[in-house]
Amino acid sequence: MKKLVVGLTLAAVSVFAWNINGTGSTFGYPIYKVWAKKFYNATGNRVNYTGTGSGTGITEVIKRHVNFGGTDKPLPPKILKLAKLYQFPTVVGGITISYNVPGIHNLKLSQKAIIGIVLGSIKYWDNPLIVKYNPNEKFPHKKIIFVHRSDKSGTTFNFTYYLSKMSSVWRENYGARKFINWPTDTQGRGIAGKGNFGVSAAIKTNPYSIGYVDYADAVKNNLKMAIIQGMDGKFYAPTPENFAKGAKFAGFSPKNDFYKIIAYPKHGYPIILSTFILVPKEKIDNDKKVTAFFNWAYNYGNKQAANLGYIPLPNSIKMQIKNYWQEKGISPVK
Amino acid sequence: MEFIFKKISSLSAAFILVLLTAVFIVLFLYAKPAIKKYGLHFIIDPRWDVSVPIKEKTPTKTNNIKSQKNKNNNIEVSDADVLAALGITNTNAKTETIYGGLVPLVGTILSTLIAMLFAVPIAMGIAIFLSEISPPLINKPVGIAIELLAAIPSIIYGMWGLFYFGPFISHIFGGSSVSLLVAGLVLGIMIIPFMASLTRDSMNTTPNILKESAYAMGATKFEVIKDIIFPYARKGIIGSIILALGRALGETMAVAFVIGGVFTFPKKITDPTVSIPVVLANNFAESSGMSLSALFYLALILFILSFIIIFSAKFYFLKNKN
Repeated sequence: MKKLVVGLTLAAVSVFAWNINGTGSTFGYPIYKVWAKKFYNATGNRVNYTGTGSGTGITEVIKRHVNFGGTDKPLPPKILKLAKLYQFPTVVGGITISYNVPGIHNLKLSQKAIIGIVLGSIKYWDNPLIVKYNPNEKFPHKKIIFVHRSDKSGTTFNFTYYLSKMSSVWRENYGARKFINWPTDTQGRGIAGKGNFGVSAAIKTNPYSIGYVDYADAVKNNLKMAIIQGMDGKFYAPTPENFAKGAKFAGFSPKNDFYKIIAYPKHGYPIILSTFILVPKEKIDNDKKVTAFFNWAYNYGNKQAANLGYIPLPNSIKMQIKNYWQEKGISPVK
Repeated sequence: MEFIFKKISSLSAAFILVLLTAVFIVLFLYAKPAIKKYGLHFIIDPRWDVSVPIKEKTPTKTNNIKSQKNKNNNIEVSDADVLAALGITNTNAKTETIYGGLVPLVGTILSTLIAMLFAVPIAMGIAIFLSEISPPLINKPVGIAIELLAAIPSIIYGMWGLFYFGPFISHIFGGSSVSLLVAGLVLGIMIIPFMASLTRDSMNTTPNILKESAYAMGATKFEVIKDIIFPYARKGIIGSIILALGRALGETMAVAFVIGGVFTFPKKITDPTVSIPVVLANNFAESSGMSLSALFYLALILFILSFIIIFSAKFYFLKNKN
């Protein structure tokens, strides 16, 4: 009898419950997965998300194959108009500069040092530009091995966007892209890893290496993370507090569909990124389901996001997003 | 009944040919834009995803979409991929992206070569030991172990290579933990069980009467293996090598972890580089438009390359004596 009742209530729920599918950003995948599970428990509605990469997320939602797409590289308003899409951010995260130098535990990197390392002009660990801010450490005269992503990725895009904002030399020669022919590679000091996982492993197994890794992966793999100089000249450790400080100065605006690459803010930790959701303009019913999910996530998902090393959006931006939904007529049904 | 049976089996055989042509046609069609743009020069061009200024401007249909600029400091963010997905070609762009396949092509050939040099002697040794030398008591467990090794998914070899074998090799030979050498050796290890078990099976088909006659004539074990078993099992052995070669050429996941994924020619054997399947696996998800087409072009090259290598190996080794 009990079973029957349970079965009936389940059936009743599933009549009204819905299912939506999304794909894209691998950076957002871990948190979307957790949110989807909690959302299902709370509402009985299912959200399926696969981490296939931002590029796929964009093309799949343009082709209307999925209910929503995820991307780490926001689309400018002009293109959103052409592709008939709406866009809004979900969470913020940080990219660390992780390193493996035996005997060095508190590496501080100035802007000049970072640019020198990626451009290949700083070749050895005992370069004066590195030593300057680390007077108490003893650096070996060893070649710096620079580790980067071998696959096209939103992490690379956001990291190189940060480099482009910081240095005109980088901007003119390399720019912000998902794939870079790194200058260190041609000097024979570059290696690459597939995914954040591959880069973490390469840093771990190669002494005297340094590379950029998502905060969550760097923590998971116990990597040593550099304290780096922000735009204001102060040094920031890669901590959620410092990412949040940077995110405060992100400058999102609903007027341009939240199109903003947030790396290199005025204050706070400089290498931060946010990930975005794209929904089709003409499918209002579909979009209301998507916003229902993210509305729930904004309201109840902060803790899970923080546990995974993400930074929840500030409340003011969440309000702006909710207003944006209202304006576009895709607010979730209450 | 006889008729139906015949038809069904010939249909199955025809299926292979249809499949092969279908794959070829699909690869060719998707690669067409890249083939048109880069031509055969693609094969000898070492640049991959490099922006160069456009020399001459071809006035085709104009779209007023400029690449998006950040007003503060003019960071060019290319949206060419997204536009391509919308079916728009950006004619106002000042730069174009060049794709060339030489580095991955060389990486593929070199890593396969290292794998074969490493694997063939060891696999032959294992096969000879199992079929002729070992006592039956050892024969069985070792045989099963080899078949088990052949069944391990390639990603496991990749992870093992990344975390243990790579650092170990770099400790001995220098260089970094991911390199051409590590990739070649991991590939070699992956194909050894495959080659060894096929070779053993074909050696086991040598009729006992032949071997016994040779022993009766006073031949030593080495001479029997060299002059009786090898010539008799030649076809099977070469077949196993060719199958293993095919596997090594196309292996993706394991190599993606350990080859380094860097678009440069290896100056030393311990330098990182990249191979065709690795480029495909790394970039496929994030590509569209011309970059996707260039990937299909690479895939087409790999397809033709494996075809040529396997065909010529078969032709050279199997035809000349019969």
